[in-house]
This record gives sequence, structure tokens and C-alpha cells, in this order.
Amino acid sequence: MRMNIWRRFACAVLLLVAVASLGASWLAPAGYAKQDRDATDAVPSRVHWLGTDDIGRDRFARVLYGTRISLLLAPAAALLSTFMAALIGGMAGYLGGSWARVAMAVTDLFLSLPWLFLLITVRALMPLNVTPIFSVVVTFLILGLLGWTSAARVLCATAANVRNSDFVRQARASGIRGARLFWVHVLPNLKPVLYAQFWISIPAFILAEANLGILGLGVAEPMPSWGSLLKELEGLVSVGEEPWKFVPLVLLVVVVTSFQLVLSQREESAA
Amino acid sequence: MSQAARLGRKIARHALALAATVLLGGFLSAVLVRLAPGFDTDEAQLDSRLNSESIQALRESRVEQRNIFRFYFHSLQRAAHGDLGTSISLNQPVSGLLRARVPLTLRLVGIGLLLSWAAAMALALSAAWLRAQAYDALTIFISGAFLCLPAAVLALLSVLWNVPGSLAIGLIVFPHVFRYARNLLAKCYSLPHIVTARAKGLSELRILFWHVVPVAGPQLLAVAGISVSIAIGAAIPVEAICGFAGVGQLAWQAALARDLPLLTNITILVTLVTLLANSGADVIGTMLRSQEV
Repeated sequence: MRMNIWRRFACAVLLLVAVASLGASWLAPAGYAKQDRDATDAVPSRVHWLGTDDIGRDRFARVLYGTRISLLLAPAAALLSTFMAALIGGMAGYLGGSWARVAMAVTDLFLSLPWLFLLITVRALMPLNVTPIFSVVVTFLILGLLGWTSAARVLCATAANVRNSDFVRQARASGIRGARLFWVHVLPNLKPVLYAQFWISIPAFILAEANLGILGLGVAEPMPSWGSLLKELEGLVSVGEEPWKFVPLVLLVVVVTSFQLVLSQREESAA
Repeated sequence: MSQAARLGRKIARHALALAATVLLGGFLSAVLVRLAPGFDTDEAQLDSRLNSESIQALRESRVEQRNIFRFYFHSLQRAAHGDLGTSISLNQPVSGLLRARVPLTLRLVGIGLLLSWAAAMALALSAAWLRAQAYDALTIFISGAFLCLPAAVLALLSVLWNVPGSLAIGLIVFPHVFRYARNLLAKCYSLPHIVTARAKGLSELRILFWHVVPVAGPQLLAVAGISVSIAIGAAIPVEAICGFAGVGQLAWQAALARDLPLLTNITILVTLVTLLANSGADVIGTMLRSQEV
């Protein structure tokens, strides 16, 4: 009951943040790229609620637009990684034999490299002087393409169990084979694991994008993202100096915590 | 088959898998660098003082790297004789660079792991002993807060507050270890024989070392292996942001400079350390379990 309240609260927070970010054009009509040369590094005021950055861009607008990018593209990357995990792990478990051995060897190879090391290396190898839109696509595409490995292991084991279950044997005995057997009988039984992997990936990808952004390997300027907004913290001398610069960090922590709360509730109900 | 023979076979299997994965890991990184857009371009070629022969010589110096199979095979051949090649971006022998930077990273990662494990086990054990809902919620809140912070932010904050980089690594690893340790210990302390031991008045330390550690030990060892991998990953943003001249910073620089020899060797090193930690944890876990039987 108590957890239910927390889960509802987390859902409400996520909804509120999503609505605010989608309504960025109304809440912050100045936009994320407009530069007010007369108000560079301004402190919060009625015009600029969170002040401006060093080239006079409204920080509140950039936070809202950056949130929109992270909240739209992290689930998209999670969807891609879940699809890849289903394809590689699910098929490996379903087909078994040498297919499974090869697929799991590839998975182990990726898992043997620390996630952050792999991510930073691959992103750094991609072009960095590209258009902002392309940088957004590349960053989240890499997250989606590299984030499937641990999910693939779980899905391989689950698919192998389903393959050996009585109802699949019966379906096979009835003459159902190949793709139809996989799509109609195996895949629906992988859905709970796929949902869980999808939800787990979203906060992980939001944090990964933030890490890349701080290291200067994320979304290119002038497009804002949580990572590029957090990069501003590098210039701070003390925490109490300009506390409004911590708003993107607070928002990121609140959103990731909300996802974790929703997730823990899902795990609890699944158990 | 005797237990020793079984253990020997397990170690041999691990060693074989380790060697294959390390070699494949190195090859994978070489392929990634080779296929990266702009690999063939070299900043040095833009130097207006260079004549056409010098530019041609610069281009030819990269010819070997164009055929990735040949490059990797020759690199391995040279590595067998102790020559890890020369870094393109830093113009220094890779072996020398690694020798100079490994100790710092080892110290950072080592102290970070010690701190994270000490904090995680202290909180997890105290939560299991006290069994107070409020305290349990507090420990979950603390670990959850660190779990929601990006590793690079913790590195930034460590610079801002002037705290050691190893503490930042420790705080990045801590929530991962704590979550697993807490769940495992809570499960152990609810086992019937441990509940009975507590009811009979056995001291907490005796219960911990005689009843809990034998059950939870092998699984905690597996987490120890994984935590090494997390700590190595965390070393990259921490070293890059805090300005520590370690392997993490070197990896970041090598990736940005598309330095094929350096990046391939760092990937091999990182894969080797990660796999050794995981395999070591697995083998020790097997030994502990076989002793119990």
C-alpha cells in the first residue's frame, strides 16, 4: 500500500516533467538557442527564471528542451536495445546449439568490457563535429546498439526454458514450426522479461547520456541535453556559489529516482 | 573425478575462454577504430611546412593499419616479444605509457573498491542486524541517491569539494555492491537455521562467521568480480575530469585521438583485468563450495 503511494507519486512526477518538457515552446517561448548578449551569465530573474549561461541563453528553456530530448530518446534507445536483445538473446535461446554458443560468446565479449569504457570509446570514435540533430541520433543510437548485452543473456536463458516447455513441444508436435512457433508461442512468453529490460534501460541510458555529455562526447551544441547542461558545473568554484546551476542535476536525479521507484514496484508485483 | 581434477578443469576452461575473449576484445577495438569515420586523416598532414614527400611519408606510415587483420597479427607478434608499438598521438612507446600510468589507476581503483565494499557491507550488515524499518529505508535511500547520480557528476563534485578521486570511484561502486549485499544478507538472515540460532542467543558475530558467510560468501565473491569491472569503468570519467594521469584518462585520450595501437592495447588490458577478476571470483567461489561439500 505504502509502495503504491510512492509509485503513484513517481508516476505523477514523471508525467509532470514530461508534460512540462513537451510544453517547452509555451513555457519558454525564447527557445534554447536564442542568445541575449545583454544578459550573459545573468542570475535568476522574472525574465530568466534560472538565469542565463555564458553566452546569454535562457537556462530554464534549455533545461526544458534538454529534458524533452532525454525523455523522448532514452525510451527510444531502450526500445532498440530491447529489440536487439530479443532478436539476439531470444533467437539464440530458441534455436539453441551452436547458434546459442556463438551468440553468447559475442555477448560475453561485450560484457567483458566495462559499460562506460565501451560507450566512451565507441562514441569518441564517431564524428564529433557534426550537426546537433545528427549528434543526438548518434548518441542515443550507440546507447541502443550497445545496451542489449546483459538483457540478451537473460532472454537467452528464458527462451531456452520456454523452448523446452510442454506447450511448445505440443505445438511442435502439432506441426507448427519455424518463425510461426517463435512469434506465436515463444515471444509472448518473453514479454514480461522484455518489459522489465525496457524499463531498466531507460534510467541507465539517461545516466549514460549525462556521462557522455559531461565528457564532451554527447549531444552537440547548441542542442541542449542533461549531459551538456551538467557540463556547466565544471566552471563552478564552490557549490553555494550559483545553486541554480544545479537544477538540471536535481531534475535528472528526480527523474531517474522516479523511474527506479516505478521499476521497484514492477519488480515487487512480478515477484 | 576428484575435486582437484574438477577444479583444474574449471581453471583450464576459464584460462582458455579468457585468452580467446582478450584476443577478440583487442581485435574488436582495432576494427572499431579502423572503421571510425576520419581514421585515415591525420592532423599532421595539415602542417603547411610539410612538402609533398613528407605528406606521402606520413600517409605511408599508416598503410599497415589499413589492413586490420595484418595490423592485428603483426601487433600480436610484436607484443609476444614485449613490443606493444608506439602511440600515434603521444609519440611514445605504449609499454612505457602503460607502465607509467597503471600504478595510479590501480591505486585509485583499489582504494575505491575497498571504500565501497567497507561502506556497503557496514550498511548492509547493520540493516540486517537491526531489522528496523526506518534504518533499512534510510540505507536504501542513501544507496539509491548515489545510484541516480551519473559517475561524471560524482567526479565533478569530488573536484569541487576537493575529495580524493578514489572516494568518487568508491561512491560510484558502492550502491551496486550495497543493493546486492543487502538483499543477499536479508535473505540469509531469514533462513530457518539462522533464525533458530538467533533465538538460541548465539552472538551476532558467531552467526555471521559460522552461518551467514558460508551461505553468502560465494555469491558476494561474484559481486566482487563485477565490482572490479564497474570500478574500472568509473576510473575513466574520474581520471578524465579530475586530471589524474592514469589508464582511464589515457583511454579517453586514445579514443579521442583515434590512436589505434594505444586503444587496442588498453582494451586488451581492461578486458584482461575484468576477466581475471570475474574468473578469479568464480574459481574461488567453486573452491569454497567444494570445501563445504
